[in-house]
Amino acid sequence: MIECTINGETVRLDADPDMPLLWALRDLAGLTGTKFGCGIGLCGACTVHVGGRATRSCITPLKDVAGAHITTIEGLDADGEHPLQQTWRELQVPQCGYCQSGQIMQAAALLKDLPNPSDDDIDAVMTGNLCRCMTYPRIRGAIREAAAAMKEAGTHG
Amino acid sequence: MADTVDSRRLPGEAPATPRLTRRSFLVSMCAAGAVFGFPRAGLAAMNPQAADGQPLEAAGQRFEPTLWYWIDTEGRVNVNIIRAEMGQHVGTAIARILADELGARWEDVHIEHVDSDPKWGTMVTGGSWSVWQSWPVYRRAGAAGRLALAEKAAALWGVKADTVTVADGRVSAGGRSLGFGELVQKGLDRQFSEDELKALPLKPHDQLTLLGRDLKALDIDTKTNGQAIYGIDAKVEGMVHAVPILPPTRYDCAITTIDDSAAKDIKGYRQTLKLDDPSGTAPGWAMVIADSHWAALRAAGLIKVSYQTGDATRVSEAEIQAENRRLADDPEAGSVLDTGNPDQVDAAFEGAADTFQADYTTQTVLHFQLEPVNALVFRNDDGVWEVHTGNQWQSLCLPWLQKALGVDEDQVVMRTYLLGGGFGRRLNGDYAIPAALASKALDGRPVKMILTRADDSHFDSVRPPTLSRLRMAFDADKRVVGMDSAVVSGWPTKVMMPAFMPKGVNGEPYDPFSSDGIDHWYGVGAQRARAISNELAEHTFRPGWLRSVSPGWTNFAVESFMDEAARHIGQDPLRFRLDHFKAEGRNAGQAPNSVGGARRQAAVLERVAALSGYGRDDLPADSAIGIATTYGQSRSMPTWVGGAVHLSVDRDSGRVDVHKIWLVVDCGTVVDPNGARAQVEGSALWGLSMALYEGTEFKNGRVADTNLDRYAPLRMMDTPEIEIELVDSTEVPVGLGEPGTTVVAPAIANALHAAVGVRLRHLPITPAAVREALQRAES
Repeated sequence: MIECTINGETVRLDADPDMPLLWALRDLAGLTGTKFGCGIGLCGACTVHVGGRATRSCITPLKDVAGAHITTIEGLDADGEHPLQQTWRELQVPQCGYCQSGQIMQAAALLKDLPNPSDDDIDAVMTGNLCRCMTYPRIRGAIREAAAAMKEAGTHG
Repeated sequence: MADTVDSRRLPGEAPATPRLTRRSFLVSMCAAGAVFGFPRAGLAAMNPQAADGQPLEAAGQRFEPTLWYWIDTEGRVNVNIIRAEMGQHVGTAIARILADELGARWEDVHIEHVDSDPKWGTMVTGGSWSVWQSWPVYRRAGAAGRLALAEKAAALWGVKADTVTVADGRVSAGGRSLGFGELVQKGLDRQFSEDELKALPLKPHDQLTLLGRDLKALDIDTKTNGQAIYGIDAKVEGMVHAVPILPPTRYDCAITTIDDSAAKDIKGYRQTLKLDDPSGTAPGWAMVIADSHWAALRAAGLIKVSYQTGDATRVSEAEIQAENRRLADDPEAGSVLDTGNPDQVDAAFEGAADTFQADYTTQTVLHFQLEPVNALVFRNDDGVWEVHTGNQWQSLCLPWLQKALGVDEDQVVMRTYLLGGGFGRRLNGDYAIPAALASKALDGRPVKMILTRADDSHFDSVRPPTLSRLRMAFDADKRVVGMDSAVVSGWPTKVMMPAFMPKGVNGEPYDPFSSDGIDHWYGVGAQRARAISNELAEHTFRPGWLRSVSPGWTNFAVESFMDEAARHIGQDPLRFRLDHFKAEGRNAGQAPNSVGGARRQAAVLERVAALSGYGRDDLPADSAIGIATTYGQSRSMPTWVGGAVHLSVDRDSGRVDVHKIWLVVDCGTVVDPNGARAQVEGSALWGLSMALYEGTEFKNGRVADTNLDRYAPLRMMDTPEIEIELVDSTEVPVGLGEPGTTVVAPAIANALHAAVGVRLRHLPITPAAVREALQRAES
């Protein structure tokens, strides 16, 4: 039995401790916003926050998240109005959209660590997230604008 | 093993056991989770705006002037979209075309991605065709509604219909006004025949107000909050999970034994099916069935399957390329395209004062769409087989499904989910067949199959290894008098849709998707173009349509060659191209799709050369700007593209750094400016990715690189700045999903040559290849 907190709710999972967090989220918790892409932690589509850190859920076994606080795209903001989600919509970043939950979660962690990221910072952190539609130029723009908006609003925690 | 969830139930389903207490937290979390089975085939449509995917329900009665939409009593306009959404915001573009002609208010417009009912006609999303093909159809549909609303109001008010205006969701005349919904409420049932539709007057271009405006795409919101529903998210009550075990090669493998003894201890493992495929789509597959995806995956790793294999297990990339060369050498091979005067080519070369020839090759490329292929299939209570998956060509896939399941047309329906990337991979719906076969073996029980990334790559219908051979003949004054070309590869259309193959002038069929681009718009005197299919490739794997298909490789050849040929005779490559774009004869263009012909291609090339500063001599050493131009996908629907790339080369490592890409695109009328730019950005970067980073090879009949540890598409780090200019035009809108892809590789090869003097004729252009070429040049 593994107990952890997902999007603010405590859950107990009686599952194989080696089951990747990704499949627990998708198939047990019904949170399908987190996506399966490569299964080896190299595409970033499965990115969630564990203890506030961007984590590749496809290579994170359940046993490693016992007691942890997990946030998925569904829980990033209760109303889907995180500054990144807003700029993502304003700049019409998504094309197919499949990687975008992971992109947004990675970017949210980036802005927590580096509220004023340089272009190089953005490239360095986001390069781990593959986008096959190649929305990279718009992802860059949306992160810059969200950083500016958060600075303005003083919402950096 | 995942025993919080009973094998035959989904999270959120009413549990039948006392384990409820242990699951209570989870159950509360899952209560909102939608389950997507539908009681009737007619409910197989999808609405990408809704968190549950459910289409809009009409309020009150609905007015359906044509097949393509209805208006309800609240004035909401619901547009039926037969194209799949895979990132192009296709529903938004098509609904906008209709709404503009109708005079609807944009806020009232909704879209519905429809089921696979035969009434929708051919369902395919590819070829960059969607807007081009929808433009006349949806405009007429909109015009029909506009006329019907005006006539109804005119009758109510006792005025002439032509005094009634229809705009912004309202119908008005002489100070009176009614909303669309109010008119529908008064009863509207006007229908239009095909002939009536064709005769309807359309708005002049300057009265189209939604066209060219920046509107937010209707599929964006759910893609930012985790609510968007892809095939991989499909679920129904009682489904079991499946992970396949693939045979060593695509064809000619038969299972001899299955030993699952090591998997018996995996909790949730049920059984392994040996699939029997009457459709021949996925021979030699075993399917591991379990209560969860994780259990199926674990079990699959422990099951041993033996095969009787065929010749394909001995085929390599080098052998396929050798066969490409052998076929190009054979003057009798292939289909001769209609280029006007192919019979004059031999004489032109015999009388030539000088000739120039070069071969260009491209390596195997994977689609690597981020959502691995998957499907959920079952037989519903009405006895109809439901296929839940993301798919680009339902009309191709449905007959395979019928054959695999042994049922008639009306017994299979597809529900098309959002596609986690299409790029042509999901034109070929082969992945739905094994899921259907597994469900069939389990008497119609819902089977949800997801491929691992490695298996997705192994089963991919790749861009095949290609060869393009080009020859040019010059007279004593260095004038071009003839061109001969051959393009060789495995042909997807021959394997999957032979009826789509036209015949060349020698009576032989050819795959236009494996030869488009070779029959360019340059005037070169006598011209011959041969398209040749490589059967060794076709017997080893199933070739696929991959973003931009043959224009992605033929233009690498043609546009590299035009640079080389110009230099061969001592001319400037830009001038040389412009001199050969003459809008005359077969290159004059035809209304409505290619008005202007070669003149428009020359225009985008000139413009991109000016925009990029091509020819400037103040760039640092080992850097340069290269150019290329293409006509997008085909002569019948040309999207005129000029491209330029600024790059620098590190001589020690061979690394190529692309600093900037410029694209000037003439796609006729721009329907959706933001979406148009997004498509050009994405397709150009896809072209960059295939030019420098993407490539695998066949070894022992299967691709060698199957995941991101060895296959390395473009990442943000290497993404250059892109500048795009869309030409102002009122011509017919043509495609944009692929054309941007086609110019980048040749522009890179040309820039690279200009920068460091070496010519790379194979894609991808790897640092090792550049290093080697530089060393050869030095020695």
